Amino acid sequence: MKRQPESQALTPGLQPMFFAEATIHPRTVKGRFANLRWLVVGATQAVFYGLPWINWGERPAIWFDLGARRFFLFDWVLYPHDFIFLATLLILCALGLFWVTAAAGRIWCGYACPQTVYTEIFMWIERVTCGTREQRLKLERSPWSLAKVRCIGSKHLLWLTVALWTGLTFVAYFIPFPKLLHELLHFTLSPSEAFWVLFYSAATYGNAGFMREQVCKYMCPYARFQSAMFDPHTWIVTYDSRRGEPRGSRRRGAEVKPGQGDCIDCTLCVQVCPTGIDIRKGLQYECIGCAACIDMCDQVMDKVGSPRGLIRYSTQAATQAPARADTSWLRQLARPRIVIYVSLWLVLAVAWVWALSTRPSIRLDVVRDRSVLARWVPGGAIENVYRLHAMNASSKDQRLRLSVEGLPGLKLVDAPILQLPAAQAVWVVVHVHVAESAATPLKPGSHAIRFTGEWLDKHGLPATLTEPTTFLRPR
Amino acid sequence: MSDFTSPLWPWFIAITTVLSIGACAGLLWWVARKKIHALNDNTTGHIWDEDLVELNHPMPRWWMGLFVVTIVFAVGYLVLFPGLGAFAGLGRWSSVQQHTEEVQQAKADAAPVYARLAPLTHAQLAADPEAMAIAGRLFLNHCAQCHGSDARGSRGFPDLTDRDWLWGGDPEQIRHSITEGRNGVMPALAGALGSSQDVLRVADFVLSLSSRTAPPDLSDPVQAKFAVCAACHGANGGGNPQVGAPNLRDDIWLHGSGRDNIVSIINKGKNNAMPAQKDRLTPAQIQLLTAYVWRFSNSATRKP
Repeated sequence: MKRQPESQALTPGLQPMFFAEATIHPRTVKGRFANLRWLVVGATQAVFYGLPWINWGERPAIWFDLGARRFFLFDWVLYPHDFIFLATLLILCALGLFWVTAAAGRIWCGYACPQTVYTEIFMWIERVTCGTREQRLKLERSPWSLAKVRCIGSKHLLWLTVALWTGLTFVAYFIPFPKLLHELLHFTLSPSEAFWVLFYSAATYGNAGFMREQVCKYMCPYARFQSAMFDPHTWIVTYDSRRGEPRGSRRRGAEVKPGQGDCIDCTLCVQVCPTGIDIRKGLQYECIGCAACIDMCDQVMDKVGSPRGLIRYSTQAATQAPARADTSWLRQLARPRIVIYVSLWLVLAVAWVWALSTRPSIRLDVVRDRSVLARWVPGGAIENVYRLHAMNASSKDQRLRLSVEGLPGLKLVDAPILQLPAAQAVWVVVHVHVAESAATPLKPGSHAIRFTGEWLDKHGLPATLTEPTTFLRPR
Repeated sequence: MSDFTSPLWPWFIAITTVLSIGACAGLLWWVARKKIHALNDNTTGHIWDEDLVELNHPMPRWWMGLFVVTIVFAVGYLVLFPGLGAFAGLGRWSSVQQHTEEVQQAKADAAPVYARLAPLTHAQLAADPEAMAIAGRLFLNHCAQCHGSDARGSRGFPDLTDRDWLWGGDPEQIRHSITEGRNGVMPALAGALGSSQDVLRVADFVLSLSSRTAPPDLSDPVQAKFAVCAACHGANGGGNPQVGAPNLRDDIWLHGSGRDNIVSIINKGKNNAMPAQKDRLTPAQIQLLTAYVWRFSNSATRKP
């Protein structure tokens, strides 16, 4: 039984301001787009569940070590200073969503969004344990029995297992999996670890098992601002009302009567819809672009002997005025909106990849000593003291050679070679002198100098970085 | 609630909070019961700006559930935790208490490390990389503000690496300096020395001590004035760690070299203090810092 909120709300008269929406039991659908969705589900979940198990040397390949403030991505070691990369990545994702939406509607929602992906997995479990849509609806109406308890119990058991494993996997990005499982089996999870495992598990269980389309309809902001990105040329799931209307039933193989549309009003497109809408009413904000109705309708059209595509991915412009609209791919994509989005996205993406791949494997911060401004040393030289924070942003031990320049007679007093263990940051105190001969003519006050660090990068090529600071001459 | 000057305010806050929660609950109760009139076209019949109509679209009931959860949470929170005026909460939680517990936990976590280091001598500690790494961080947090990151000090703040000790460089003396602090007093001695000419002569004599190999001839009338100084700085100007009187012969000038600086110190005196650290650091930490400071002048490498 496909219950529609509208139909309930359509009853005129006094109505409550809140009401319980009935559970939607979407009919299982097979077809091109359903296969594509399962492909995406498989790919994304192989990555999500698989990545924490991959090791990179002694450590996980992907490891967000919050305690040590190090973020390991394969060979890269990111410091909190590299937050700009995460920020840019998020901007890239948002921009990507913009142009994909402008071009092809909500295909992210329909195929790759975790809400869709986990709902798909949970619905598959539901089908395995409780049967098809008809069987589930019958089960829902039937009184409690041993069989019902067994179906529903095994469903929830499997759901909880998947949810718990998802929560563990999520936390495994922060705590290496072997340690996490060891702690789990010995009941020594720290309160914060246990909280996040349970929180993420509960979110998966609740959202994919119970909330489902309610998340898309009432929580997701993307559903609400998609209208700002759609235009008549956006590729969306459309019902060809010119071809389908007026709808009406007809016998299998029967000729379409004159004046009758292709739609046989079988309501299967409504039954398969995970958000419970009727696509024949046109574009609605609830539509997540999953194309389940397309797969279903194509099968029905095949059976009744009409051409496929009564419901299809198309644009509003094309379905409303097919004669005038240029429906070619190129024309559809070569719109200013798409071109601007994609150009911005490409510029940012290239800059991001370039910045990340040419990111120096060593960072250096120069901090002037906080108590000693400058001092004369025996012999007449001027001494300034600095604390250097040298960060090894790679998975290998590195050696950094330091030098200073920027003033005549400037020299580094201490040993110039710093040993930087892999992924470690070290603080060292160094002294810089301006020799006696150059100290006298030097003007009192602050002078710009710079520290230069040289090392060999992972390809064995020389790399340098400079860090400006000041040298003070006392009065 | 000691921040408030009047006991009125805790009551004001408590009553406002309770009334607000009650008002929210009442509003929820009211809208849960309220019915609105929907027309045949599923609008409410309200029309604005000539043709703007309001669609009747009731919220899902779980949304109402979320509101109820926030109220339940608020009530539970205010019962358990401080928040309702001056009421401390049944859970007896306080930020001070939590801080104390976390400090105790951190101390307990560090205890095994200090337990391993406790029996070691200063020389052993100075050779222990872990001990020196801890001491280095302690030094940067507690000592470097005056003595500098490299422990070489600056004007007024002694260099800890130069083997010149105001109060003695034995581990026990260093430990005492850190624990109890030191207060070095040089009295103003212009009156005791005589005229300003006499002060200048004594200053010149003090300056000459650094390059002198032989002990001063105190029968010389000029040098005889130095007897006033010798009471603390010693007959030959070699200083006295018992009272923190500096050695005047080693060309190390804590408060500035040159005749003018010396004259100024003689005329005005000097009071220079090292604050006691016993209230900030544990004996175990002071033990590590002692070894750290001692190491500067007692190892091959003087680099920190």
